[in-house]
Amino acid sequence: MLNNSPFSPASPEAQAITHLFIFVGIVILAIFVLVATLVLYAVIRFRHRPDGAEPRQVFGNSRLEKTWTIGALLTVAVICIFAIRTMHEADASPRPGEKPNLVIVAHQWWWEARYPESSVVTADEIHIPVGKPWLVELKSADVIHDWWVPDLGRKMDAIPGHPNHFWIQADKPGTYLGTCAEYCGAQHAWMRIRVIAEPEAEFKTWEQQQLEVPPIPVSGEAAAGSKLFNDLTCVNCHTVAGTPAQADIGPDLTHVASRETLAAGRLKDTPENLGKWISNPQAYKPGAHMPDFNLNPAQVQELVAYLETLK
Amino acid sequence: MSDVPFPGTGEVLPLARPKEPVTGLLAWVSSVDHKKIGIMYLLASLVFFGAGGIEALLIRIQLAWPMNTFLSPRTFDQIFTMHGTTMIFLVAVPVLTGIANYLVPLMIGASDVAFPRLNALSLWLLMFGGLLLYFSFIAGGAPAAGWFSYAPLSEKAYSTSPGVDYYSLGLLIAGIGSVIAAINLIVTIIKLRAPGLSVRRLPLFVWMVLVTQILIILALPALNASLVMLLIDRRLNAHFFQAQSGGSAILWQHFFWAFGHPEVYIVVLPAFGMISEVIPVFSRKPIFGYEYVAASTVAIGALGFLVWAHHMFVVGLGHSIDTMFAISSMLIAVPTGVKIFNWIATMWNGSIRLTTAMLFAVAFLIVFTIGGLSGVTLAVFPIDWQVTDTYYLVAHLHYVLFGGTVFGIFAGLYYWFPKMSGRMLSEKLGRWHFWTMLIGFNMTFFVMHFLGLMGMTRRVYTYPNLPGWGLLNMIATIGAVIMGISSLIFLCNIVVSLRQGEVAGDNPWDGWSLEWATTSPPPVHNFDRIPPIRSRRPLWDLAHPENPDWKHEH
Repeated sequence: MLNNSPFSPASPEAQAITHLFIFVGIVILAIFVLVATLVLYAVIRFRHRPDGAEPRQVFGNSRLEKTWTIGALLTVAVICIFAIRTMHEADASPRPGEKPNLVIVAHQWWWEARYPESSVVTADEIHIPVGKPWLVELKSADVIHDWWVPDLGRKMDAIPGHPNHFWIQADKPGTYLGTCAEYCGAQHAWMRIRVIAEPEAEFKTWEQQQLEVPPIPVSGEAAAGSKLFNDLTCVNCHTVAGTPAQADIGPDLTHVASRETLAAGRLKDTPENLGKWISNPQAYKPGAHMPDFNLNPAQVQELVAYLETLK
Repeated sequence: MSDVPFPGTGEVLPLARPKEPVTGLLAWVSSVDHKKIGIMYLLASLVFFGAGGIEALLIRIQLAWPMNTFLSPRTFDQIFTMHGTTMIFLVAVPVLTGIANYLVPLMIGASDVAFPRLNALSLWLLMFGGLLLYFSFIAGGAPAAGWFSYAPLSEKAYSTSPGVDYYSLGLLIAGIGSVIAAINLIVTIIKLRAPGLSVRRLPLFVWMVLVTQILIILALPALNASLVMLLIDRRLNAHFFQAQSGGSAILWQHFFWAFGHPEVYIVVLPAFGMISEVIPVFSRKPIFGYEYVAASTVAIGALGFLVWAHHMFVVGLGHSIDTMFAISSMLIAVPTGVKIFNWIATMWNGSIRLTTAMLFAVAFLIVFTIGGLSGVTLAVFPIDWQVTDTYYLVAHLHYVLFGGTVFGIFAGLYYWFPKMSGRMLSEKLGRWHFWTMLIGFNMTFFVMHFLGLMGMTRRVYTYPNLPGWGLLNMIATIGAVIMGISSLIFLCNIVVSLRQGEVAGDNPWDGWSLEWATTSPPPVHNFDRIPPIRSRRPLWDLAHPENPDWKHEH
């Protein structure tokens, strides 16, 4: 049951937090059992009996007060020490001037990912090599968002004008689910993240494939779709490498057909869903910044045919 | 000016006071009597509690199962924003101000608050602010940027409807009312205590009200100032909170939480005060460690100003700042723990009467402890990095604000309703109310801990069908419906008991503080005479001349 949870850590950073959580959890559980037992015992044991006499009037006891004050202080002190130790394990400070391996820019309501070394650009699905601690720089293009992939470690806010840094690492290959955790407007719910961790070789292959410039189709529906894409306003918001479309308002579509989902996790990436999405984005993500263009079914089919060539 | 008791005799000198001229509705609307104003505060917060409760139910219906389309995202965002804003500003604050308004003069042996007309002004400012906020629904859309209205989402570019403007203006007006009410109560407590009622003999409820009002006058101006800045941003195109033009989005968070965290104590401390009155009377013992309970209140109030950035552990303020705020936040657990243990020690060896008021107080001890302990996990900032802004946090805050504040208020209302109305609330309906509320509350909010730990974030209008999410959300929704039914039982209890409740008499619970020394409900001038005050429990001393408290206190 516990996948994608602070209790299914898949990185040293997340592991450190899990250990701390379990330790603090045991401490607070013990305190809760103590308090609940005392309360319930008192209610049962000292319940009013019909004989009616008032109990002995006791006003306090300084020694007891000191005992539980000091007890509470010591408990807090121990927890503090563990918290500070975990802080360094879970969120090491980058060296001054250290270059990020990955730059993530949060948008209403999708994630842009840029790989400075290879100059790969992608969206919503972030590939990383297994076992390598990567420094991520996190920015926002509009309002405040928050990066959260529970298996891989801490949350971090994406704040306009205030770039943040955190480490991302996965011990094992796999797909790790996450989501935006700071309320960011109408489609906060559909701003989901997939981190795909792959062995180094596979990651390199993926990077190479992402760097390829897809050929511009010359015949059939796809060619008509390509022309439509450039004639309509698609190019005002999206990028497709090797074409005049070079905008950064919406996700980069250069390899959109190679992704698993559309619209930040809202739909599975199939030709059929792509068609539905293009025909009426507002039906799937009401409030999203992509408008309904009132395309006719033939236009949708052509656009889908074109976009499906962008592998 | 109000009446002052004549020193020594307990007689009341009638001073020039506005007459209570008429009857019926106008008598209420034009009243400057602290008791009528207190009751109007309570009625206003009851109405807003209904509105906020309906909003909560709409939220829970929408989230009952994955991919539900009951509410559109825009509607859902308005509803959850209004739910939070209503419950904090139009329910928790006014209900506590109302109870304090009603009780403080009675508990200190005064005939009214220090400034009765100002008191009426505070009430009407609150009502006007609340109505203005709700007017937004028919004036282009309610605010949809969340109750903490983070910039830049709350700025014109991202919130184009006038909702946030209504939010700013409504809260500003209600907030000014709260500050005025706070000044009024502080002056009342400092200047109008009956002879013999030294600060060290003040009932703990009055102590906690005093600390709370000081928090209000120190914290609310931070909110009021930032609301004005937000309005200037939105209406006059300034950019206090817009990074693109040199402002700072983080600045809003600092301002908001500099108010917002003391606000938590503003709505929790008076509930602590009520618990500190209810538990002793129904355990038939004086409060254990009076000085420690009072001092821990002051400690919580002071520390409350040093912890605001624990709401901002994921903002990226740096390790040293995170560490400092984590330590101060965890320190608050110490005075809070001291209170819990003192309440338990008060019950120890007592003679506990499980009235509905006491049931709520006992339940408070347990559910508030859960909220306090999950609060410790959130103060441990590496854990907060994982669980903040998830349903785990939603669970935590409801255990504190519902399990703490609301359960405390229910305890207080069952305890003091006879004083306010002259009639007892039905214990039978009270028990139905209590048990359904306890079950519904835990069903709704306990499972939210797990939802958060399974990765569900807050403020989402829907969610994908991930394993377990649908089931737990459905349980929470059923719990919320049970809480709704429970609230209706409470409402029935009030209506039925006002007409047919058992007549209470002056002191139905054998209480010990001054409010029980006058009739139920008290006359306009509150007291015909005030008993001699030589200890913290003047009525105990009267009833037990063989063993008075003043022999033990020092």
